[in-house]
Amino acid sequence: MNKVHKKDLYRIFIGSALFAAALLIPAKGAWKAALFLLPYAVTGADVLLLAARNIKKGRIFDENLLMSLASIGAFCIREYPEAVAVMLFYRVGELAESYAVGKARRSISALMDIRPDYAVKETGEGLIRVDPEDIAVGDVIVVKTGERVPLDGIVIEGRAFVDTAALTGESVPRQVQAGDEVISGFINSGGLLKIKVEKTFGESTVVRILELVEDSAARKAKTESFISRFARYYTPIVVIGAVFLAVLPPLFFSGIWSDWLMRALIFLVISCPCALVISVPLSFFGGIGGASKSGILIKGGNYLEALAKAEIIAFDKTGTLTKGTFRVTQINPENGSSRYLLRLAAYAESYSDHPVSRSIKEAFGEEIDPLRVTEAEEISGLGVRVRMDGQVILAGNGKLMDANGVRWKVSEGSDTVVHVAVDGEYKGNIVISDEIKEDSAAAIAELKRQGIEKTVMLTGDLRHVGEKTASELGIDAVYAELLPEGKVIAVEALLNETTAKGKLVYVGDGINDAPALSRADIGIAMGALGSDAALEAADIVLMDDSLSKISTALTISRKTHGIVIQNIAMALGFKALVMVLGVLGYATMWAAVFADVGVSVLAIANAARALNAGGVKHGRSMRQTREKAGFKI
Amino acid sequence: MKKRYVLTGIDCASCAEKLENAIKKIDGVRDAAINFMTQKLIIEAGEERFDRVLDKVASVVRRVEPGCTLIL
Repeated sequence: MNKVHKKDLYRIFIGSALFAAALLIPAKGAWKAALFLLPYAVTGADVLLLAARNIKKGRIFDENLLMSLASIGAFCIREYPEAVAVMLFYRVGELAESYAVGKARRSISALMDIRPDYAVKETGEGLIRVDPEDIAVGDVIVVKTGERVPLDGIVIEGRAFVDTAALTGESVPRQVQAGDEVISGFINSGGLLKIKVEKTFGESTVVRILELVEDSAARKAKTESFISRFARYYTPIVVIGAVFLAVLPPLFFSGIWSDWLMRALIFLVISCPCALVISVPLSFFGGIGGASKSGILIKGGNYLEALAKAEIIAFDKTGTLTKGTFRVTQINPENGSSRYLLRLAAYAESYSDHPVSRSIKEAFGEEIDPLRVTEAEEISGLGVRVRMDGQVILAGNGKLMDANGVRWKVSEGSDTVVHVAVDGEYKGNIVISDEIKEDSAAAIAELKRQGIEKTVMLTGDLRHVGEKTASELGIDAVYAELLPEGKVIAVEALLNETTAKGKLVYVGDGINDAPALSRADIGIAMGALGSDAALEAADIVLMDDSLSKISTALTISRKTHGIVIQNIAMALGFKALVMVLGVLGYATMWAAVFADVGVSVLAIANAARALNAGGVKHGRSMRQTREKAGFKI
Repeated sequence: MKKRYVLTGIDCASCAEKLENAIKKIDGVRDAAINFMTQKLIIEAGEERFDRVLDKVASVVRRVEPGCTLIL
């Protein structure tokens, strides 16, 4: 409770006491009105003032004005207790609402309490504590046990366990030592680290994550825009309804003026759309905040909402379903030694940075003399062609061999095969394997259980290679032998397969599939920790590379969607009920106010549940967790 | 250029929405968003006129929602 809240509370108490007194003291006529004017003034003066000011600005459908009109109307028809009750309950409601919003805000800020407050910089005169904003690239900073890494950088000295939970939701600490990259937001959970800063504070991961979450407000969910449009019409329509209700029955059906005026005032009281308008963005933001706690960044309410309708999920194979770490597992020379074949391949691939090339160079292990290689040419989707010591070497897949008229041997299995030919003569092949991630199959099964209609794998690999992996993982369809631009075409084909309401999700690593990520309805990039490309290109970003986070994201989005629907139904339902009872003459004004503000508070409380949708408790902030763990801050 | 400011005292979501729309209409503002939950105002405007635009934003905040404070 803050100062403003306390002041409001005093007014409410004094107002209630005076109201009780006015109800108990038997007075007649003008005296009675005067007695009720006292609590009315105490509770309603601010509201009346605000209303007057807003009229000057031409804001007719302002809630202060509506409440003022309703209560003044009640005074005019001598329903004094009603008039006071309207103001009193309105104030109670506003207070409760403000309190609930404040509480939800605090939960969210505890959730996003990952911004480092200071950095310890190493200088000629020893260590000094500075604002992280004042650290330049190249500065050396020191992070002790219990402290947060303030900026992204590289460890130059020391070794420590770091807790990445605030960023990834992963609770197992990671060990880092000299040469390793560390990301701002990691917490040193034991050890001493000297870090060379690689990025300014503004470009460091922790700041970019916070900005992404804050900016998510700009991308409104469809429901949210619909509700704000609806709210714009709702109030005027209800107010016009109130006017008709006050005037028509007495004029044409010989109703009693004061009776129908009273019923009309009830309409005025519930014409404020606040419960609706407040609960929808709050729910979405709660869901986005809760997701960020699990290491899932969602860039807007629109994506969170769309994810609930996911129908087809397409996965990039390498680095997404598999670990993306290739290893040479077989060397099959046609004639000559294995070492010779490996040397040819390594030189051929020496200019390429493809993961497959890297694995061959790694297996070769020797220094490569770049002067021996000329005319290096990478043929997209096929392989490479170079001239080495005057001979033309081809290294790549079967298509490359076919294209150059080389007869090659088909090999079995689900692995990538690099064929090598020298001056058109086949020299053999090298088999490279990529391991499937441990949790891939389980994650796909879980997505199926959650009702995803179809899972698809996109890969540049040969058809039989792709199909084998897909069947191991339980994936429904495979688009194989895709060139890099083929992924976008495949995504477009899949977009046509979704039903009108269903959404296509594309999951990739964001490194070479940015176009596919942005073309799909929802692009999810994984393993984004420290990767700017992924953070930029995707709509939803998974900080680590665990596929099971997709299920978590799906659960969060569905739960949030459910909460939004509940809130809309509840708010509209209550308002409709009060209107009907009001027209029939069964509702009193104070009951209407009570229903209206009650619904607001209920809706806010319900929206706050979205914070926990991911199953991660937010009740305890990181700070508290660390205090509990005995770290000094 | 995109900048973020703290906006305190914004208590109702429909007020935030009204204010957001009013700021969006300011000449020179390319886009604006108010994050009701984190109490942040995000303004996108041309770099060369940013200060002038910001002055206008501050005056719009004062006019539309006198209870709000834009912390610069």
